[in-house]
Amino acid sequence: MQSSRDNHSTLAERFNKDEARVSWHDQTLWWIRQKRDKAAWSLGEEWEGLRSQASQIKAHTLSNLSGYLEEFEANAIANGAIVHWAADAKEHNEIVHKILQDNKVTQLVKSKSMLTEECHLNPYLETHGIDVVDTDLGERIVQLANEAPSHIVLPCIHWKKEEIGELFHKHLATPAGNADPSFLTNAARIHLRDKFLTRRVAITGVNFAIAETGEFVVCTNEGNADMGAHLSDVHIACMGIEKLIPLRRHLGVFLRLLARSATGQPVTTYSSHFRKPRQGQQLHIVLVDNGRSQQLAKEDFRNSLKCIRCGACFNTCPVYRRSGGHSYHTAVAGPIGSILAPNLDMKQYADLPFASTLCGSCTNVCPVKIDIHDQLYKWRQVLTKEGYSPKTKTVAMKTMAATLSKPGLFSFAGKWARRIMRIAPWLVNNKMNPWYKQRNMPAAPKQSFTEWYKTNRNKDKK
Amino acid sequence: MTVGLFLPCYVNQFYPQVGVASLELLEKLGCDVVYPLQQTCCGQPMANSGYEHLSSATDELFMRNFHEFDYIVSPSGSCALHIKHHLHGKDHEASAKVRASMYELTEFLTDVLKVEHLDAKFPHKVGLHQGCHGQRGLMLSQMSELVAKPFSKLEKLLGMVNGIELVDLDRKDECCGFGGTFCVMEEAVSAKMGKDRVSDHTRNGASFITGADMSCLMHLEGILKRQKSAVEVKHIAEILNAG
Repeated sequence: MQSSRDNHSTLAERFNKDEARVSWHDQTLWWIRQKRDKAAWSLGEEWEGLRSQASQIKAHTLSNLSGYLEEFEANAIANGAIVHWAADAKEHNEIVHKILQDNKVTQLVKSKSMLTEECHLNPYLETHGIDVVDTDLGERIVQLANEAPSHIVLPCIHWKKEEIGELFHKHLATPAGNADPSFLTNAARIHLRDKFLTRRVAITGVNFAIAETGEFVVCTNEGNADMGAHLSDVHIACMGIEKLIPLRRHLGVFLRLLARSATGQPVTTYSSHFRKPRQGQQLHIVLVDNGRSQQLAKEDFRNSLKCIRCGACFNTCPVYRRSGGHSYHTAVAGPIGSILAPNLDMKQYADLPFASTLCGSCTNVCPVKIDIHDQLYKWRQVLTKEGYSPKTKTVAMKTMAATLSKPGLFSFAGKWARRIMRIAPWLVNNKMNPWYKQRNMPAAPKQSFTEWYKTNRNKDKK
Repeated sequence: MTVGLFLPCYVNQFYPQVGVASLELLEKLGCDVVYPLQQTCCGQPMANSGYEHLSSATDELFMRNFHEFDYIVSPSGSCALHIKHHLHGKDHEASAKVRASMYELTEFLTDVLKVEHLDAKFPHKVGLHQGCHGQRGLMLSQMSELVAKPFSKLEKLLGMVNGIELVDLDRKDECCGFGGTFCVMEEAVSAKMGKDRVSDHTRNGASFITGADMSCLMHLEGILKRQKSAVEVKHIAEILNAG
């Protein structure tokens, strides 16, 4: 795993050492963006309406979150589930561990849950001697490689099939040099089947929790959540408190948006409803805050809690596609991660809101209409004001602001800069200038426009 | 009609020909153009870097230079967007008026002057680069992410130019990677984004790359020159004023 001391720019530069690979990564994710476009257009005019509806349902839910959480809890308990509340990642991990201890279990299967990634559940459990097997194929691949997922929907999108072939050869004893996707998938299926049949505890994530019924829905393409949950004696479902929706009928809006936005499919292969434990089974639901109510209290950033983790903003982000998920050094990467992470730790994630050109494509693809690029801009202001900006940058910005607020100084500085660039171009065309590394400097004309205007247009004006 | 012309600071210093083209074009279309000599910058370089609080002096300067105009026009989607969204002078009412009077050049030509014909000639193959702030911020054209009817103020204007041939791009509205201070703070990704944009245009046969923002074009030009490419950049004002 990457060292968290390196910032996005450094990690991105490292990723860009292999330019052909960056191009491949970019093309792969752009292809998914195109599939998303096609799926959105297949609904015609309905698409933008669905986005608005989803955004409004989430806005309503967030405005009444405490009430809906209590309603959900009461209904879930009535259904026979055991509900736990975790204030933060630590409590979440301890609750899960306690359930395992109570059941005298040291092995489990887990389907994809970005919340457990956010809470770093796997390393926590491993230090307590628990064996965790991720059952989502992509997550299993990064787990075998001892890496974090680089994408919330496509955890191993940064891996090439040949590399997966090698990895499986090493860990699952597949024949060397075999990189056939169907063959490798089948090998993984056989490997995982054994885990499903022998593990007594299954952890799943939650895509949507319904206050009205106390049930929750888990969306997967592989059916691995169902395999795990149905074969287990103990099912633990971990969810952030923002996963709630008020009514079951609201699901129609979100399920239609989720898979179309994520991968361009009309719907996920499995959208499984979990309501009651089967007889003799335990069903635990862990409701996790971990900074969410703090984010809810921030008017400028509240909307980020509408996120349904589709990953569309990753796939469209021209920066993400060329810097890779690990450059964000956080569980949820990409544009949405860059507005969520500073809420958890401003110091550690102060670089992320700057890892963007503010192009706004993320906001346009977001199925719940989060104003992502506006929030990136706002986080920049907050982080600077809170003192998380490099001192050299502050000095440079103060100098720039002083020059630009004095027209005489601006003209003088401009004139001299252009003159120096003409007389001594080596002063700017060198290694110290990051612009010059891969780009030429613009030509420096003798006259600025203001100077031209004074000679050509302004003769009789003051 | 009197128009206040606002030029981005770097255009003033490095691309005066874009200022000349904008001025001449507006004059040709019957506007009385005034260029306030004390102007410098919209303040965006500080604000986008997280230093919005340092841009109050440039905000006040902008107010002094432009508060009298009913129409302020700038050949930059990015600077126009910044003024429209983030100009906050001490006088709130006057600031609101200035924000509402701010137009990007092509927006002003299509929406206010309602230009239907141009006397311009540019017999070349041209690729149009959509600057993100103009496109997604000011909605100068339809965005590929949204399910909505296509339109483009820039393409409409370019369509009035004699002899021009617009090339189709593989990715019609992807960001070039300039991004203000992003271009140096995130040099590796910025340059890679620029290289990918340039290759989309050259692959599809463009001899010129145009757009409504010189900052994107300066970035793309830097890459083209490094590659010793024969492809040139031209601000849209230069093409609409050509001939």
